[in-house]
Amino acid sequence: MNNIWDFHGGIHPLENKTQSLSKAIVTAPIAPQLTLPLSQHIGAPAKPIVQVGDQVLKGQCIAAAVGPVSVPLHAPTSGTVIAIEQRTIPHASGLEDNCIVIETNGKDEWRTRNPLADYTQLDKSTLIKIISDAGISGMGGAGFPTSIKLNTRDDISIDTLILNATECEPYITADHSLMREYADEIASGVAILAKIIKPTKILFGIEDNKLDVVDGITAALAQHDFAALTGLATEAEVITFPTKYPSGGEKQLIQILTGKEVPSGGLPAQLGIVCQNIGTAVAIHNAVCLDEPLISRITTVTGDAVNQPCNYHVLLGTPVEFLLAQSDYQENQSARLIMGGPMMGFALANTAVPVIKTSNCILAPTEQELPTPPPAQACIRCGMCAEACPASLLPQQLYWFAQGKELDKLEEHNIADCIECGACSYVCPSNIPLVQYYRASKVDIQQRKVDHQNAELAKERFDARQDRLQRLEDEKIAARQARQAAAKLAAEQRGKEDVRSVAVEAAVERVKAKKAKGAQENQANIIATESDDPIARAVAKRAAQQAEDAANPENKLVRAVESAEQRVSKSQTRVVDAEANNDENLAIFKQAAEKAEAKLASAQQALTDFRAQNSAQE
Amino acid sequence: MALMRITSPHAHNKQSTSDVMKLVLLATLPGVLALTVAFGWGTVINILLASIFGLGLEALALAARKRPIAFYLKDYSALVTAVLLGIALPPYSAWWILLTGMFFSIIVAKQLYGGLGYNPFNPAMVGYVVLLISFPIQMTTWAAPIELLPASVSVPNLWDSLLIALGFMQFPSVDGFTMATPLDLLRQNNALMIDDLKQQYSQFGQWGGTGWEWVSIGFLAGGLFLLYRKIFTWHAPISMLVALGLMSALFYDGGSSASSGSPPFQLLTGAAIFGAFFIVTDPVSSAVSNKGRIIYGAGIGILIFLIRKWGNYPDAVAFAVLLMNFAAPLIDHYTQPTTYGHSKKSK
Repeated sequence: MNNIWDFHGGIHPLENKTQSLSKAIVTAPIAPQLTLPLSQHIGAPAKPIVQVGDQVLKGQCIAAAVGPVSVPLHAPTSGTVIAIEQRTIPHASGLEDNCIVIETNGKDEWRTRNPLADYTQLDKSTLIKIISDAGISGMGGAGFPTSIKLNTRDDISIDTLILNATECEPYITADHSLMREYADEIASGVAILAKIIKPTKILFGIEDNKLDVVDGITAALAQHDFAALTGLATEAEVITFPTKYPSGGEKQLIQILTGKEVPSGGLPAQLGIVCQNIGTAVAIHNAVCLDEPLISRITTVTGDAVNQPCNYHVLLGTPVEFLLAQSDYQENQSARLIMGGPMMGFALANTAVPVIKTSNCILAPTEQELPTPPPAQACIRCGMCAEACPASLLPQQLYWFAQGKELDKLEEHNIADCIECGACSYVCPSNIPLVQYYRASKVDIQQRKVDHQNAELAKERFDARQDRLQRLEDEKIAARQARQAAAKLAAEQRGKEDVRSVAVEAAVERVKAKKAKGAQENQANIIATESDDPIARAVAKRAAQQAEDAANPENKLVRAVESAEQRVSKSQTRVVDAEANNDENLAIFKQAAEKAEAKLASAQQALTDFRAQNSAQE
Repeated sequence: MALMRITSPHAHNKQSTSDVMKLVLLATLPGVLALTVAFGWGTVINILLASIFGLGLEALALAARKRPIAFYLKDYSALVTAVLLGIALPPYSAWWILLTGMFFSIIVAKQLYGGLGYNPFNPAMVGYVVLLISFPIQMTTWAAPIELLPASVSVPNLWDSLLIALGFMQFPSVDGFTMATPLDLLRQNNALMIDDLKQQYSQFGQWGGTGWEWVSIGFLAGGLFLLYRKIFTWHAPISMLVALGLMSALFYDGGSSASSGSPPFQLLTGAAIFGAFFIVTDPVSSAVSNKGRIIYGAGIGILIFLIRKWGNYPDAVAFAVLLMNFAAPLIDHYTQPTTYGHSKKSK
């Protein structure tokens, strides 16, 4: 018998699970339209490989994985692709994202399936490829691509496979009903997982509020010879432990079943552990044994605002409103719709969003059931949150630092280890939305990291520029020295002539070359005045003016006088205006006007002088 | 249809800070009852006047700070402070004592720091210490236990008690009506063995002081109720009592004239039990982690004993608590719990 351990904290919210367990799983009808977001998993979104107007068959791949951390997407039923566009996705942000929309034809016509006769003959990488091609990502909540979790590095040996059947969130019974009705499929999936990762121990973790399924699961697991599959003395064991939220969190479950803690920032694989949800196990069974990709899942529809709460076997992409209608949803009684459970689920923006690979529950509570949170009161540091925190953090301190945006302190107090389970907010007597503060702070910390990286990059660029300028300067000096040396050499060759005159000659040459170049540029400028580029035009105009000034110096002085006159008249108007409006800047304006007048006088003087000089010369 | 968009968690356990405060108020009842039986209506009048002043001052401060008055008054924190100070002060305290005390508790120690949750010091204890330093005579004149009163002295009824507190009536007879408390007697004693002292002065009871034993048991009952309701954890109060008990056991020499009394005497006299469950457990001004609270409580227990034995004041809960309030941030710094997945403490 495997020991069980306890984890720190945790809470016991009302379970509310019986409502949706009274009936067997209902297969939901095919909705007229299915909306399939391209990003239903963690990682790069899939890339569509169908076009609007294409006919698709059930199970046909419609979007391919992009890069290593990504999974493909398949048509959940037969029909026509009618749009590939932005639609609201089921996400806390309520934002839109790219989706493939399929109009179903009701035939539910499969593509050709080639079920494997015996997967035990296949090697690890082939099995992982099948799982990856079937579009399987974790179905417990986060949606991490399963193939990556299974494709462990060769230098890390995995000795424990943990099956997560905890389902600790209130209301949700998708996994519970899956275990009631699909025990054999689960066991088959476990066998395939065992074949892939070759563990010595298989631990099947169930909370003790689901004891009714233990016998069924144990019997189903007993049908497989795990030792033969792994070539090791592998045994599978169903372990029950006391119900406590959030024992289904991966880190908490590992602690319960093994007593070990996943290192901060690390992965369970470092402890030799791989953890899989049982819904994922069934998906693996379907993919490997039946050649059926992940196109449907079990989703709980519950809450007091639906009259017939139950679990549905539902096609991915089915709109939430379609599913709610099956359960006799009372729109006027529901204040919010939650995808997921009441602890970690997110509120939906509207009812048109689809069910996706990670949607384990749609909760439609009434206001009495989950009341609107009252305004937050002051934190009295009662410490109930610290008692409840499964990560042994000090939520009250984190809240304090989050309010003051003390990011260093937050990092020191390990905010990164917060799993956002919501236990702290649940117990907070002052109704402070603590998790919200932590989420925002995590984003701030992330942003600061990005800013810091950008600053580093800018510094690097600046240093590189300084180096380049220095190098150019050095090159210039080196070239000058080389010229001097060459001149010296030439002088020596010429014998008596002194070094200096050679240098002067060389300089004269250079000036001549420059002048010739300048003339060319002038020519270019004149052409540029007709250019389309306004900057080029302005540059050209100025160059032309300079050239003209050089020819006729009087022009410049005349222009100076003109602009000075303009400035004087402008400053005088400003003074008049300021006097009329009692402006407090009057004194400054007056001063400016006087200055402008003085400048005008000096400009006029300069012009007069110039003319006088000219006429004297003539 | 407009759906409510708020982030998780959506569920809440429906306990509010107001509920916590109300439970604390409820838990003071047995102790207040025992005080009333032992010393008359004085404490009830203390609490009544302190509550009126406390709520009024809180409302004034909130209005000055432009905060919603009703919303903050409903957290009951001002009422808790008033009740605690009312209990801590000598029965039949004059109204101006109570007003001054509440002013320093509510305005200076709490609202000037930003209100509930932002006060580094326990407000009731700040008020108490200000009074103790400013008005030592009034603050150390404690009513005699009723059972020790001479037959000639009649105990004031509720109305007369109010008139006394408001200054419209004199104490019946100052000499007979007030007495030194057991802790006073012990501190002033330098010649008598403990047993002789007990025989000579009727203020000493079986274990603690006459009347005080029941008061302590009343507050113990209230404290255990709060512990059972998980309003606070055991760490701070139990560690304070254990530290005080250990210290008194260590320095108890069997009852010589220099003795400071037996551990049961130290624990059941004065404000030890009341302090442990109603003052030390104030979460705002204490250390935050459980380990920290053990240190915090132990520090208070040790300080109480040191001040009782060698200090200038007979009882020491208020000073000890305020001193440890100072230390709370330091304790917090060194007692961060080890986060999941961290083998060593991160500092």
